[in-house]
Amino acid sequence: MSEPWEDEGPGEIKKFLYVNRKSPYGTIYALESLEVVLIAAAFEQDVSMVFMDDGVYQIKKGQDTQQIGMKNFSPTYRALEGYDVEKLYVEAESLAERGLSEDDLLVPVEVMSRDAIARLMDEQDVILSF
Amino acid sequence: MLHTVNKSPFERNTLASCLGHALPDSAILLIEDGVLAAVQGTAREAEMRKALETYSVSVLGPDLLARGLSPDQVIPGIDVVDYGGFVELTENHDKVQAWL
Amino acid sequence: MKYAILVNEGPYQHQASDTAYQFCKAAIERGHEVFRAFFYHDGVHNGSRFPIPPQDDRNIGVQWSELAEAHNIDLVVCIAAAQRRGILDEGEAKRQGKDGDNIAPGFRISGLGQLIEAGIQCDRVLVFGD
Repeated sequence: MSEPWEDEGPGEIKKFLYVNRKSPYGTIYALESLEVVLIAAAFEQDVSMVFMDDGVYQIKKGQDTQQIGMKNFSPTYRALEGYDVEKLYVEAESLAERGLSEDDLLVPVEVMSRDAIARLMDEQDVILSF
Repeated sequence: MLHTVNKSPFERNTLASCLGHALPDSAILLIEDGVLAAVQGTAREAEMRKALETYSVSVLGPDLLARGLSPDQVIPGIDVVDYGGFVELTENHDKVQAWL
Repeated sequence: MKYAILVNEGPYQHQASDTAYQFCKAAIERGHEVFRAFFYHDGVHNGSRFPIPPQDDRNIGVQWSELAEAHNIDLVVCIAAAQRRGILDEGEAKRQGKDGDNIAPGFRISGLGQLIEAGIQCDRVLVFGD
């Protein structure tokens, strides 16, 4: 008898969700999470990214790191489209709590309600949070 | 779906964020400093009791004991599990979201 | 079931590596397979063989090496994260012109693709981090 977790055949495309909840530069999570997504794009899986809580600052326009001496990696988010990573979701409540709007973001995204983000998470096969 | 929370609710918004995104059939497991939310008599007890109306909540016993807390102090309705129980939760839920 | 584990924090600073280790031990005891543990962010420091913890404390890196050997777990340290933080195997040390290597037994250095591949192959992916 096959176990319930064994009914997935080989070659199946899995849904991977990358959850970004942290502000950039204070810690390296945002940068290295982005590096994972760039690699993941080559695997022909279904890739989505969600930006919520302080993670919305990862894609805030106008990042200028010159005076902190760190590399500004925010332009890389604009390159995601070239890697066919096009499902970028941002939580509306997280933006609103921080006084931000979609116009403050440096890439085209889909702004979704907290409820919709919760359902999006539930639809995934693999959730990698950083 | 299983959600793990490893932060104290007194320090970070991790638990609140988890509760804001967990669907009603979800299970929540408190681990590491996250176990501090499971204890009776804290300022977060009401929030946890409310969460228990919707979710099945567990707490990792070894992390409680390490912090000088006993399973007797845990809010009734929260299930105290060991690492084997943690694994069992991952068997029974098709994916795990770690709230960090 | 087949498990993949992602460890995002270094040893001793944070409990993540200990929790991941205890989880893996318990999963194996329950008859599951831990296919791969992938070490990312500061988690790459778990793969150094140089730590000298006090004698009355656990040696996390050694614990991982022993568990991997006993149960055939693939311990993979992310190459990009490892290079940033100075975790090297012999080949990398030579290539980069460094005067020594520090990778621990049972660990190997490889790319982020190993994380994605583990996500595709495994029934469950668990993230342990900060």
